[in-house]
Amino acid sequence: MALLETDGLVAFYGDFQALYGITFALDEGETVAIIGANGAGKSTFLAAVAGLLESRASAIRLDGREIGAMRACDVARLGIALVPEGRRLFASLSVEENLLIGADRQRRTGHWTLQTVYRLFPALEERRAAPATALSGGQQQMVAIGRGLMSNPRILLCDEISLGLAPIVIRDIYGSLAAIKARGTSLVIVEQDIMQATAAADRVYCFQEGRVTLSGRPAELTRDAIHAAYFGL
Amino acid sequence: MLALVDTVLQGVLLGGLYALYAAGLSINFGIMRLVNLAHGDLIVLGAFLILALSTTAGLNPLLALAITLPIMFTVGYGVQSLLLNRALGSDVLPPLLITFGLSIIVQNSLLEGFSADTRRLPVGALDAASFSLGGGIAVGVMPLLCFLAALGVIVALNHLFYRTALGRAFRATSDDPSTAQLMGVDHRRVYAIALGVALVVCAIAAFFLGSRANFDPTIGPARLIYAFEAVIIGGLGSLWGTLAGGIVVGVAQTIGARINPEWQILAGHVAFLIVLVVRPRGLFPRATD
Repeated sequence: MALLETDGLVAFYGDFQALYGITFALDEGETVAIIGANGAGKSTFLAAVAGLLESRASAIRLDGREIGAMRACDVARLGIALVPEGRRLFASLSVEENLLIGADRQRRTGHWTLQTVYRLFPALEERRAAPATALSGGQQQMVAIGRGLMSNPRILLCDEISLGLAPIVIRDIYGSLAAIKARGTSLVIVEQDIMQATAAADRVYCFQEGRVTLSGRPAELTRDAIHAAYFGL
Repeated sequence: MLALVDTVLQGVLLGGLYALYAAGLSINFGIMRLVNLAHGDLIVLGAFLILALSTTAGLNPLLALAITLPIMFTVGYGVQSLLLNRALGSDVLPPLLITFGLSIIVQNSLLEGFSADTRRLPVGALDAASFSLGGGIAVGVMPLLCFLAALGVIVALNHLFYRTALGRAFRATSDDPSTAQLMGVDHRRVYAIALGVALVVCAIAAFFLGSRANFDPTIGPARLIYAFEAVIIGGLGSLWGTLAGGIVVGVAQTIGARINPEWQILAGHVAFLIVLVVRPRGLFPRATD
């Protein structure tokens, strides 16, 4: 049994249907990348898994337990942490408070604490008292990832964490994902950069217009197949 | 000159009462982004609760206040979770209308239960006690206690907001409720606790309202306006600003009353309008939106 499974997951924004029956699986300790063009439903999928969108209870299962109908705050307490697109840091909170609130309402303990997050991202410790939104884009992304880690999640969902960042910063951020993975956390990475995604992931799903058009191990997927699945050509 | 010092001093102390009215409203507005139109009536409800406990049960008014605090917390928690949380959404009008309806219900229930007679909390000898500062200036004990209570409430609320996990949840929910949920924060529960805390402050305000002036079931809306003016003058999101706003209204009222007793209320509103013209975002704005 996979750690996280979705079965025919659909999602709507009002009358607009964004997901048309996504079937997906993530094993313990695995890193899975979801690639696809803008509007393919990647972020919607993560939002639905995190409980921000309403779903049928059996459409999402964690360790076999049906969690589709749960609210986001309850899903978070079960060990699914979302690093949202655009970081969504709390502007009234300092860097350190943004990290702390990731752990405040959580009962799970583990490797990740304020100290170990600062060890992973040393730049944050120097700026711990600064307002979170005063940091550079890359440092803000580190706060967003650190905030997710503070709950010691079983699954970390990362939504477009390289968006708008310089290549050297992206390399650092993806370097930290390897360290996070080494601690046993399972990862789902949503990414527009195919090279970045396939390099980091054990398996890849390609979304197009709310459907899975391709999945497999990066080595098994040809450039042409990804190209076709990505653009639907 | 001495008369002016005396007038300003009395105004500052009166400002403490207005800051107490305003602090609860400031919490509502800061966290739920909602103006609670029943705020003044809930203060009056608190005053009648203290009155009922101290007259019918024969309790000391301070003891009656101590019992009223958890009751008011429960009322706030219940109103938010049973009523206002059902109307949450992108539209601010439904919860606003609910608080309007609540205002009418509270006012009329109090009229039904306690009649329209004016009442006062019996605080005994403290009522008229004062001490002299020399030069003919005297300070009443109750007004001074009221001001100190306002200071204490604002220090305590600042501690709650900026030094505790609950305060982090308050501020994060105010910034972005859906991202706060991703942290395991149940925003509905946060709102319920926030209204509970706001009504605890209302109960403290009610004690000083009832012990230094007469009250009846219909005076709530005017208290709401003083509170609202203090919050806006101080600047949204700043509790110390709310105290400053209360003092501005209080001093303007005592100066107005010194010139002509009919001008007391008007002078407070005029000061509010002047601040709105000169500093539309208030004296100490904190919120960025």
